[in-house]
Amino acid sequence: MSADTIIKVKNLQKVFGKDEKMQTKALDNVNIEINRGDVVVVVGPSGSGKSTFLRCLNLLEMPTGGTITFEGTDITDPKNNINKQRMKMGMVFQQFNLFPHMTILRNLTIGPTKLLRQSKAEAEKTAIELLERVGLADRAQSYPNQLSGGQKQRIAIVRALCMKPDVMLFDEPTSALDPEMVGEVLDVMKDLARQNMTMVCVTHEMGFAREVGNRVIFMESGRILEENTPEEFFENPKNPRLKEFLDKIL
Amino acid sequence: MLETLNDKLYLNFIKDDRYMYLVNGFITTIKIAFFAILVGLALGFTVAIIRSAYDMNSEQRRKGLSSALLSVANGICKLYLTVLRGTPVVLQLLIIYFVIFADINVNKTFAAICAFGLNSAAYVAEIVRGGIMSIDKGQLEAGRSLGFSYARTMIYIILPQAVKNVLPALGNEFIVLIKETSVAGYIAIEDLTKGGDIIRSRTYDAFFPLITAGLIYLAVVLVLSKGISILERRLRTGER
Repeated sequence: MSADTIIKVKNLQKVFGKDEKMQTKALDNVNIEINRGDVVVVVGPSGSGKSTFLRCLNLLEMPTGGTITFEGTDITDPKNNINKQRMKMGMVFQQFNLFPHMTILRNLTIGPTKLLRQSKAEAEKTAIELLERVGLADRAQSYPNQLSGGQKQRIAIVRALCMKPDVMLFDEPTSALDPEMVGEVLDVMKDLARQNMTMVCVTHEMGFAREVGNRVIFMESGRILEENTPEEFFENPKNPRLKEFLDKIL
Repeated sequence: MLETLNDKLYLNFIKDDRYMYLVNGFITTIKIAFFAILVGLALGFTVAIIRSAYDMNSEQRRKGLSSALLSVANGICKLYLTVLRGTPVVLQLLIIYFVIFADINVNKTFAAICAFGLNSAAYVAEIVRGGIMSIDKGQLEAGRSLGFSYARTMIYIILPQAVKNVLPALGNEFIVLIKETSVAGYIAIEDLTKGGDIIRSRTYDAFFPLITAGLIYLAVVLVLSKGISILERRLRTGER
């Protein structure tokens, strides 16, 4: 394992369902190493296991086999307390999942104040700075339901950033947005990538994959079928399934 | 006509300080209801959290001591809910006072608080569990992904939203509980209903004491529901 490997996934498996006849294999022997500064974009048809793969990385889904090592700690070890590593892994969801009973500012500061033991003033200072960066400083006292989808998702990204994570995980961050709002969210993500944030992003935005990713992964039936640089991936796909997939969507 | 009304009021309430039956009965009823609500809330929330923790984590759980403990706790809670919701509250009151506390000399009011509290907790538990289940799974995931433990996610994120959603149902449960305490007379507690009935037995006039007792219950319930609706409005600020 090289020094700057941040996540190492080995033989990852996820089987849903307890009854053997009803079981579905969502992940089948996935192996990957993610290095600091990588922007890994995961694409594939729906049901290919890409979201499950992402959710396994912070154990929102519990893998049924294999290991995941994050910053040198095996997080699949039952003795490991995952809450520690989750603080270092920001996650952004398709459905935003902001806390509707709190103001935006409280959404952003609850993690840092309760988990990182920052003072209220300190947490709010960071929050406001980040809000300014995404152009939403004037909404600090609003409630989530008063915002548009694009604004909510930008806030959700800021909420994750307030914890000063080492990795950001994006689970189809633009799939629930109106088309005209996709751009503003992608801009924030591009900005993050420019600042060398390590990112793993499941998305259907091929433009984003091509422009921002440094590695693109194609998944189907729970397996990684191809991994390549964006240029090679889109211009010169090798796997027949990937060719078919790209033909359909491009 | 006016003469007889005056006479009746004098006979039922003033003579021998009979109104004190209603006053003392009212105080006893409020005491029982208030503490039973507290017991019901504390125990009901505990049971609801155990039950929903078991349900929500069943897919994800790893085998281990804590998961075994949770299974056992969940089983106990289920049994508790079945028994308490499946038998009449009067019977539970009698059993608690005459069977469980048979050999210990306890205050009757204390026995009643236990009985009504335990009974109410079973209903509160299911109401609150319904509230927890109504919160989108994404909220739990968002809390957990920040690094909060299950318990802290519950406290900061899930429960505040769940309580807001079930407040009307909880208010309903409190109203039912206040009125249910009227069976406390079965173990010879002189509550509001009993107080009215004692006056009736002294004066052989049923109308005034019973209607008055009824009006007092009505007033208590009205005050309570007003309080709940104010609380509801407070919690809604900024929501929509």
